[in-house]
Amino acid sequence: MYKYTAHEIRDMIKNKEISSVEATKAALSRIDDVEETVGSFITVLGDEAIKSAEAVDKKIASNEETGSLAGVPMALKDNMCTKDVLTTCASKMLYNFKPPYDSTVAKKMKDADAVLLGKVNMDEFAMGSSTENSYFKKTLNPYDITRVPGGSSGGSAAAVAADEAYFTLGSDTGGSIRQPAAFCGCVGLKPTYGAVSRFGLVAFASSLDQIGPMTKDVKDCAMVLDNIVGYDCQDSTSINTEYKSFEKNLSSDIKGLKIGVPSQYMGAGIDEEILNSINASLESFKALGAEIGEASLPLNKYALPAYYIISSAEASSNLARYDGVKYGYRAENFEDLSDLYLKTRSEGFGKEVKRRIMIGTYALSSGYYDAYYKKAQQVRTQIMQDFSQAFEKFDCLVTPVSPTTAFKLGEKTSDPMQMYMADICTVSVNIGGLPAIVIPCGYDKAGLPIGIQIIGKHFGEQTILNAALALEQTVKKVRPQIGGIE
Amino acid sequence: MKITKEEVLHVAKLAKLNLSEEETDTLRSDMESIIEFANTLSELDTEGVVPTAHARYMVNAFREDVIKESYKEEDILKNAPLAEDGGFAVPKVVE
Repeated sequence: MYKYTAHEIRDMIKNKEISSVEATKAALSRIDDVEETVGSFITVLGDEAIKSAEAVDKKIASNEETGSLAGVPMALKDNMCTKDVLTTCASKMLYNFKPPYDSTVAKKMKDADAVLLGKVNMDEFAMGSSTENSYFKKTLNPYDITRVPGGSSGGSAAAVAADEAYFTLGSDTGGSIRQPAAFCGCVGLKPTYGAVSRFGLVAFASSLDQIGPMTKDVKDCAMVLDNIVGYDCQDSTSINTEYKSFEKNLSSDIKGLKIGVPSQYMGAGIDEEILNSINASLESFKALGAEIGEASLPLNKYALPAYYIISSAEASSNLARYDGVKYGYRAENFEDLSDLYLKTRSEGFGKEVKRRIMIGTYALSSGYYDAYYKKAQQVRTQIMQDFSQAFEKFDCLVTPVSPTTAFKLGEKTSDPMQMYMADICTVSVNIGGLPAIVIPCGYDKAGLPIGIQIIGKHFGEQTILNAALALEQTVKKVRPQIGGIE
Repeated sequence: MKITKEEVLHVAKLAKLNLSEEETDTLRSDMESIIEFANTLSELDTEGVVPTAHARYMVNAFREDVIKESYKEEDILKNAPLAEDGGFAVPKVVE
């Protein structure tokens, strides 16, 4: 049963063909079988999940009104606060943190009657592209366990790919939903900045962070998105606007859709197999009636340096709160208050987090602010103008997601710059606050999934979902062989 | 772009981080290459360009100042490494 998509599970529960307890037990026993190999979860909620499934089943049996994801088992990335459930951000700094409140997305999942299976692994504080920066464990790619699942939402992607959860939520600051979705062959969507509340999402880079669905197919993605968007007065960047149901408005009719292909994304540095696969997808789009044209985003090469300045600066500021006073880790031996701060932070943060804090502090420090932080924000303005111009001619843009398919564990850990380059196709979307979806569009010779990215205009989620749905119908999905040959 | 050991230690002090000798060395060379990369931004003429802080234009989100139920003191202190008399406890700062 664990192989079903989330919307299939939802419909079967609604039609009383199966119970939520059955769906939940199927997921939990799948976790039992493959978790030792894949390592997606930091916390698994066994009994609690069954209890909440029982509660939903009871509601359904007594014909009470239920939420729109009633009984569907799912998991949250471990940077989304869950009341009284461990929320670690995969950091020693929060190794024991049980939030006193639910993040808005966790609350929305509860209100929708979804069943929380647990919290999934990630790079510490969402900083990384391989989930190797987790303090707790490595997550392996279900398609090849010698390779990374991508990051930072590597646990979210691996859990979906290995059928441990029917869907998950991830967060995306520079590609953290989309790159792992591509590496693990699932669907991931980063919504428009301001569409999904970040209240209770542990902050990394506040002007870029966004929460989104990671799912088995495009319909699931639309369904989950319907359940997480919306205005929230507790997030001051939340945008107050009406949303129509993405799922109900899904259509694979893309005749006349104007698709731009930015030449800057399709050149040197991207694996040939990936380029071939993207080009084949463009042919499919054409056959489906879309019009393909060449777009230009001339400033794309400046997106990555601007991103690393902006995100690190914001991180250094956001992570100032971890001082061993209010929650989380506190150093054991210290002389005075200042020493308590110093030792707590030096012992509690991992290597990559320290590196980002250092870069960010440097960029914000006296004498460098104008040259780095202000400059990066000006470049941000110019990159956004680039996008605006491209969107005058096109409804959406199509690009690769990552220069390579999933790389080997340990392959890029020694050189931070090499790891940062993994984000080259994804960061500009966050800089522009745009929505983008990733779906698998093929597989390389080694059998690893290749992802394609479709970028939309602000609040253009329906357009990219529809394009993704149309393309999905032309791609033959290959499942990972984890947990035995099927 | 040269970054000295002294600069690394100065930034670490600002960020409240103690660095070991080895960490200082690694960070010095990492920061050098990352800042070098960031310096490619200087190729762009940004004279007079307005900086963008958020990708969506927004004004301050104000709300009415009304009294609402907040969290219970014990719930908020539950995660504190050390709590005393309804507050977070830290080492003495004033003699």
